[in-house]
Amino acid sequence: MDLFDKLQILTGAAKYDVACTSSGVDKKSSQGGIGSAAACGICHSFSADGRCISLLKVLMTNICIYDCKYCVNRRTNDIKRAAFTPRELAELTISFYRRNYIEGLFLSSGVIKNPDYTCELMIEALSILRSQYNFSGYIHAKAIPGADNALLTRLGLLADRMSVNIELPSQESLQLLAPDKSKHSILSPMRHIQNKITEKTSDVIRYKHAPKFAPAGQSTQMIIGATAETDYQILNLTESLYKKYNLKRVFFSAYVPVSESSLLPSIGSKPNLLREHRLYQADWMLRYYGFSALEILDEKHQSLNPYIDPKCNWALNHLELFPVDVNKADYESLLRVPGIGPTSAKRIITARRTTRLSFDDLKKLGVVLKRAEYFITYRGKTTLGVKISQDSILRSLMSDKELSLLSLNGYKQLSFFDGDIEGVVKKCLTGKT
Amino acid sequence: MPDRENIIYQFDGSFDGLMCCVFESYDKKEFPSDIITDNAQCSFVPVKYIETDTYKSERVIRSIPKRMGHNAFEFIRNAYLTCHPEKYYFIFRFMQLGYKHGERIMGMLADEVVNTLFKAVKALNNETHLLKGFIRFSDYDGVLAAVIEPKNIVLPKLAHHFCERFPEENFIIYDKTNKMALVYKPYNAEIIYMDDLILPDADDKEKTIRGLWKLFYDTIEIKSRHNSKCRQSHMPKRYWKHMTEFSEIENKRPLIEEIKRIGE
Repeated sequence: MDLFDKLQILTGAAKYDVACTSSGVDKKSSQGGIGSAAACGICHSFSADGRCISLLKVLMTNICIYDCKYCVNRRTNDIKRAAFTPRELAELTISFYRRNYIEGLFLSSGVIKNPDYTCELMIEALSILRSQYNFSGYIHAKAIPGADNALLTRLGLLADRMSVNIELPSQESLQLLAPDKSKHSILSPMRHIQNKITEKTSDVIRYKHAPKFAPAGQSTQMIIGATAETDYQILNLTESLYKKYNLKRVFFSAYVPVSESSLLPSIGSKPNLLREHRLYQADWMLRYYGFSALEILDEKHQSLNPYIDPKCNWALNHLELFPVDVNKADYESLLRVPGIGPTSAKRIITARRTTRLSFDDLKKLGVVLKRAEYFITYRGKTTLGVKISQDSILRSLMSDKELSLLSLNGYKQLSFFDGDIEGVVKKCLTGKT
Repeated sequence: MPDRENIIYQFDGSFDGLMCCVFESYDKKEFPSDIITDNAQCSFVPVKYIETDTYKSERVIRSIPKRMGHNAFEFIRNAYLTCHPEKYYFIFRFMQLGYKHGERIMGMLADEVVNTLFKAVKALNNETHLLKGFIRFSDYDGVLAAVIEPKNIVLPKLAHHFCERFPEENFIIYDKTNKMALVYKPYNAEIIYMDDLILPDADDKEKTIRGLWKLFYDTIEIKSRHNSKCRQSHMPKRYWKHMTEFSEIENKRPLIEEIKRIGE
């Protein structure tokens, strides 16, 4: 088997992992070495599915002793198997890196022989990169659940970011689909990584040259739509991962059917990209907009509204808090206005120090007026002379795409409308019942 | 400052030259209606050629951080690198505002002049950021070479990033649009003017690695998520021309195919 075959197999096996960011750490090349990292992260290309390619994302091997039903590499799946040697992988990484194809390496692996052995192979590949090539580029390593903590520690000292995939959002689903994994086997390496990061960070404060453990932090991924968890459960889990495990990022991956199992959506069914998209929007509200999971969804509303983004949805349900005056409101309140993001909110705060802002000014500052105009005033005025109701706003906030979706009639989920959603939405779209 | 006068300034296009235009305007108390670099368009307005004099330009340059702050100075240097068609005149007007309002100028985001330049600088920074990822080197006997066709003058903004990343390499990035090149050998970087860059054919090793990259690129796509619109909005087509994954010339597996054919 030549390198082309291996690369093809081990890329194909790794591509369902969504994380490809190279952000969170700033460093420059060490003397006589190669590589640097930028805190903002750099995309080197975009694949035809529109996803950023930043790292060489491959598996060490796709041989696996486990039999997780949702996974393309499960033991019982009849596919070609391959494995890189650590040196092969290191050389390939450097060849790509020198040509500026990539920002670094994203290394994950199927479990070959046992978790410890797998982890050792990964450590060897990363050691070659770090010590022989003096490579300072970005490395994201996936922790192998079940591997010895000492090995995870060594892996973490070589990597910039570590992640453990939570895979499925509940213990029940794990039991059903990944009988070899348990919530504990996933959460315990996560906790270990978190402890190491804190420990090493305090070392760095004490000794300037103390080695850093995964300086870009840790992330995880959840598969969406393979099992029955609701958006409400998923968001709450996400929030607690941010709080309890200090994760930098939780990724969602719409389940792409890769196996025929009575427990899973069938092959050929489309991944639910819209649901994934809404969850990402909600995730941003948690990370950047100061919302809590309970503000977005609650016991009674378990699913995100597919027709409208969650921030608009929240605003429509809290019309009593609007409109806000763009010349007076504080940063936190501005941030909650649909159509205003962190950048434009900051710009508003800066710009209004020198002038009283008008609607034209807001446009220049990057505010999406089409959304924001219903929720703001300036100098006591709104752009709209009309009385604002939920329905009329909703009509204007939905994009063409969302409207066409509605006509497809595929959804039964409801969110802020109690009762007959289609009836209500149709009414506010057409003005007729 | 008196009202707009019937005069156009012409200068050599250098940053120093532009600063001399500012000097002239304040020295003579005149307000040009435009600032240009070439006299190609016939105009009914008299054109005054401003000689570049480093004594004058240095005086102006020194005054900028003092009068409007370091951020404004950095901003003006960036604005000079943008591809805005009227950037010289906008920079001139920005500086007038800066002398008047001081450091507050950087917060006057709703002002037309400030806003126009902010957008232009933002586009420059965006393009710089994208090219940090999209530049593709090829290895020619140990020297790395890349060609780009940016809209803005990005090389001064890219130099630091690539020098820090590849300190031990010899490399060149050629900007075809502006006919400039960033040339680096350990540990010295230079930006020079260069009419053209002719590169030799790639050797077998280079072709193999290009083939591997193309294979990786094609394999990483999840077909059931295909979304070419999304790809194009993140990576506009004008960049594709110089990117390895889109080059047509290379066959996949150049060496391997050859070996197989001989074997048969």
